[in-house]
Amino acid sequence: MEIKVLKDILSANDRIAQENRKLLDKKGVFAINVMASPGAGKTSVILQTISGLKSKVRIGVIEGDVSSRIDADRIAKENVPVLQINTGGECHLDANMVQRALKEMPLGDIDILLIENIGNLICTAEFKIGTHKNLVIASVPEGDDKPLKYPLMFTVADVILVNKIDLLPYANFDLNAYRKAVKGLNEKVEVIEVSCVTGQGIKQWLEWLKGQLGKLSNG
Amino acid sequence: MHELAITQGLIDLVLEHAKKAGAKKVLRVNVVAGELSGFVDECMQFYYEQLSKGTIAEEAKLSFQRVPTQGRCRDCGHEFIIEELNWICPKCQSNNIQLIKGMELFVESIEVD
Repeated sequence: MEIKVLKDILSANDRIAQENRKLLDKKGVFAINVMASPGAGKTSVILQTISGLKSKVRIGVIEGDVSSRIDADRIAKENVPVLQINTGGECHLDANMVQRALKEMPLGDIDILLIENIGNLICTAEFKIGTHKNLVIASVPEGDDKPLKYPLMFTVADVILVNKIDLLPYANFDLNAYRKAVKGLNEKVEVIEVSCVTGQGIKQWLEWLKGQLGKLSNG
Repeated sequence: MHELAITQGLIDLVLEHAKKAGAKKVLRVNVVAGELSGFVDECMQFYYEQLSKGTIAEEAKLSFQRVPTQGRCRDCGHEFIIEELNWICPKCQSNNIQLIKGMELFVESIEVD
């Protein structure tokens, strides 16, 4: 006997992701899933975001890594609430891990929650965790071909930061081709060039973020 | 490594539906998987054998129907299969391509006794 199922294999994960979203909405927390390949600058962007916004909005951070507390320790120096998730081998955060972490976070004291996913451009894009927006951080040394090699990631992105833009003169990175490839996959995505070393573009990124908060409180 | 998590999700889904149907044994699991869904068949098969041990689905055959990556050209509307990640419209050479298929990953049906 054949039984029709027609159900997404990740539906259990998606259901928990929806619960996470409900909890975040109830507490008035705007959450961002920060995704990138290893070394693109996820933690550096988070640190820049904290130092640029700390006086205006309350930020919290969940750090996902396969192992170690290195990133959480870097963030903790900024005196914001931070929690480290170690996946112990899993190459992505899933909704269940994030649900457990949310229970430990002081959500009532947080306006923006940055969730740093595992450095990986593949399956992090597939597992929803309940955040409102997806931030993808690319970086110049990775090369301009990544959107076409990892199309799913660039399709789910709401905003892309092209980090290490100060290295453009030294790299074979065609910014126009990159923007064209990204826009081809994802018409609506915002692309902002930044450097966490020189500070270029960081203001624009913070404006985008503040704009999202504005939309949230108006709607 | 994420095949492990995906396979666990698959088995949970299979057992849930088999139980609902009052099945004694699951013979076959038909999975539809887009080319971009990012997992390896053999890897999933391996985890399936490990994770389904001791359940009524342990002897089931996993069958994969692969869905090729498909795009629609935003400039001329042409729909085509994207081969080797070549995101160029074969009709008008535009690279303004919307991804329309290739990301799916679901259980189509199960065959039970």
